[in-house]
Amino acid sequence: MPETKFEPWNDPNEKPLIEFRGVTKRFGTFTAIDNQSFDIYTKEFFALLGPSGCGKTTMMRMLAGFEAPTEGKILLGGKDIAPIPPNKREVNMMFQSYALFPHLSVWDNIAFGLKRDGKDKKAIAARVAEMLKLTRLEKFANRKPHQISGGQRQRVALARSLAKAPKLLLLDEPLGALDAKLRQDTQFELMDIQETTGTTFVIVTHDQEEAMTVASRVAVMDDGRVVQVDTPDRIYEDPNSTYVADFIGDVTILSGSVTPKDKGYELRFAEGQPTLYADSDLSLTDGQTGYLAIRPEKVAVSPEKPEDRRNALKGKILDIAYLGNLSTYHVELPTGQVVKAQTANTRRLANRPFSWEDEVWLSWSDSAAVLLER
Amino acid sequence: MRRAILILVPYLWLLALFLVPFAIVLKISLSDYNLSIPPYTPQMDFSNGWWQGVKDLFAAFDFENFIFLTEDDLYWKAYLSSLQIATISTLLTLMVGYPIAYGMARAPEQWRPTLMMLVILPFWTSFLIRVYAWKGILSTEGYLNQVLLGIGVIGEPLTILNTNVAVYIGIVYTYLPFMILPIYAALDKMDGSLLEAAEDLGCSRLSAFWLVTVPLSRNGIIAGSFLVFIPAVGEFVIPALLGGSETLMIGKVLYEEFFNNRDWPVASAVAVILLLILVIPIVLFQRNQQKQRESDG
Amino acid sequence: MIRLSWFNVTSLTLGFAFLYLPMLLLIIYSFNESQLVTVWAGFSTKWYGELLTNESYLDAAWVTLRVALVSSTIATILGTMAALVLIRAGRFIGRTLFSGMIYAPLVMPEVITGLSLLLLFIGIGLDRGVVTIILAHTTFSMCFVSVVVSSRLMTFDKSLEEAALDLGCSPFQAFRLVTLPIIAPSVISGWLLAFTLSLDDLVIASFAAGPSATTLPIKVWSSIRLGVSPEINALSTILIGIVAVGVISASLISKRTMLRQMAEEQAAERA
Repeated sequence: MPETKFEPWNDPNEKPLIEFRGVTKRFGTFTAIDNQSFDIYTKEFFALLGPSGCGKTTMMRMLAGFEAPTEGKILLGGKDIAPIPPNKREVNMMFQSYALFPHLSVWDNIAFGLKRDGKDKKAIAARVAEMLKLTRLEKFANRKPHQISGGQRQRVALARSLAKAPKLLLLDEPLGALDAKLRQDTQFELMDIQETTGTTFVIVTHDQEEAMTVASRVAVMDDGRVVQVDTPDRIYEDPNSTYVADFIGDVTILSGSVTPKDKGYELRFAEGQPTLYADSDLSLTDGQTGYLAIRPEKVAVSPEKPEDRRNALKGKILDIAYLGNLSTYHVELPTGQVVKAQTANTRRLANRPFSWEDEVWLSWSDSAAVLLER
Repeated sequence: MRRAILILVPYLWLLALFLVPFAIVLKISLSDYNLSIPPYTPQMDFSNGWWQGVKDLFAAFDFENFIFLTEDDLYWKAYLSSLQIATISTLLTLMVGYPIAYGMARAPEQWRPTLMMLVILPFWTSFLIRVYAWKGILSTEGYLNQVLLGIGVIGEPLTILNTNVAVYIGIVYTYLPFMILPIYAALDKMDGSLLEAAEDLGCSRLSAFWLVTVPLSRNGIIAGSFLVFIPAVGEFVIPALLGGSETLMIGKVLYEEFFNNRDWPVASAVAVILLLILVIPIVLFQRNQQKQRESDG
Repeated sequence: MIRLSWFNVTSLTLGFAFLYLPMLLLIIYSFNESQLVTVWAGFSTKWYGELLTNESYLDAAWVTLRVALVSSTIATILGTMAALVLIRAGRFIGRTLFSGMIYAPLVMPEVITGLSLLLLFIGIGLDRGVVTIILAHTTFSMCFVSVVVSSRLMTFDKSLEEAALDLGCSPFQAFRLVTLPIIAPSVISGWLLAFTLSLDDLVIASFAAGPSATTLPIKVWSSIRLGVSPEINALSTILIGIVAVGVISASLISKRTMLRQMAEEQAAERA
């Protein structure tokens, strides 16, 4: 039996766990969320990604019950959650500050939610033990939050919010307070725990790398709107707008009028420069403005004009950023525009072929660049 | 529902025991003195119904107590001299308190909590006792005169107790922590590299102090000065214990008017005017605190 | 580089001498044999003996203690409620008046507060005694408590309460199980402040007290108006001693806890 991919969003028979139906949230005259609709499926690891102030935290607080939508509905398992107060929702949240109760031990923090449910002592002890094991905190059960390290605190917060086995776990910048090295390890740990428990996770983050690493799908947000919801690879390779292309990873964007040709379009981006070609499924009219997004690693740098590619531009090296394994070249076209190209440093530095002020050719294949409407 | 109880309980308490008493003071200040108990008319008389009672009450109001206050220069002098004594004492407290706060803020880090505690400790001990302690020091045969006579600085004992000088000393002494703490808080927050930057840019140590340290501790100075000035104006214990017959302070006048002369309407009028005088510095103080909170973010 | 210049050393030394010398003299001369306070006539503890057998001082002390205990406890409850109203209750009708009534007593001359309360008590026909002193003290010290507690509440991390709600607490449970234990130190210091204010108060108490109840400050006042007396020196020494022991041990304890907490935090980060 072939292994089925986890793609419930492509299955028309699958019912979403969370449905946003035309949700708008206003604070006074400020619109934080503007008429948004999208779905989140059971067992998904869903990331809300965007710069600060884009409304992603408001989105999460509406799910937790700390804010109510001004207009529209949020459905959990098909039911409107608006009338349910936060303490009655089967949704738990891991706070950005962790919000660990400083006067309670690790054990009591994890047991806090279970005690509120009025479970018997044995069941509570068993569940706490299970959570401590899951997060490898058994040794620290009797410590107070200030007696453990930042990474351990993060795991206590996770254990506490998972203890009640919520239908949905919300994580507000869960790794924001950790240093870079610890953050990477913890990302994988989070993914493991999500898989083991089978809980639906919604994570809010401004860190694109984090979102791409952990999430099954990413919603890129800007200014109260979800711009694109897609898998990490499609967000990167197939962005639907220059905003997404620019927000995720490095990109050069050239704009100009388009003309249909072959399986795509030709783009005229500047007087006296060759036209560029890109395969595309978009239906654009002749002469409409299009945006060509080119990822640096897909651009080849060569001393001579390559014969086999129709996308080739001549320019002068302005800057070289040496990153060890990679080098990024900033190449200035005669028009003054700068195109970025990245090459792997397979040879030693001494033999590096290009230097500042060198005249070089940049080229990429027909399918390498993405043509965008906006 | 719970929110309503939470609001109502302290609210009603304060209304009944803070605002209503004030209304009564205001009312009595507009009443006539009478040799009876209580010694004023009119009193609330609702035997003819609520509305009639209130109407009668207003009809009987007059401002003669306030007019009386303007005619007898004892009161004018008392108000002015209270303000004067409070102003001088505040300046003296600032002069004594600033160097202490400055020294504390420049002291090694590990000493500061101890110094802080030493400043706060007197605040916890009885106010009355702290004022009383000066009686033994300042009296004609007191410790200060004993020392000064002993080392031969003076030939005759100084008369300090029962003068305004003793009142100044008393106010400076008892209110010093109120001056030191806000200034220390402001100086403690100050980044030490600012002074180094000022010196690096060509300031002498003294001009760096005037151009950088003092402006940055301005809010502390203002807060401290109000915290000393406002209670000093209405002070009663210090002038009564350390001051003499020449010492006129309005708190003392009010107390004596009430307890010794039993003239409640005049005492109430004195209180109303004192409050009106204090409203200005209180509002200024609140505004300063507000500004500080905003600038602190 | 911070160093103590001669100027700072001098100002600190003189400053603290000014703060503590008067009290030191008071204490020394409480052990004076002579009836004349300012003339040293040899060591003696006889004034302490006289003080402790003087019924009227002991009665006054007992009244003061009762008033302070009851008024500071009620004031702590009311003041904490008022702090919650100020910081958490949001908008309601008369909010400005409410915060005005909280802050006004802090700057109000005591003579005015005392006078107005006395006129109220007479107006409603309440006999002056222990009850009226308690009412008066509760009213002004609850404002101090509410300032202490509300400044703590202002820095309180609201997400802790949200976390409690999120984990299934009702709003009242969240307050009882999370907020209250965390702000407890400020509530306790509010209580201590109210307690000391009540112990210390002369002016308001002398307005609110009737002939049936005399507090220690009123008693002390009536004897020191006339001049210094060795018995009062002895009493002052006892009071200063109690406060000093209390404040110093409290600050030592809090310093120890803070140091231990810091050490534990560092150890946790290293591990």
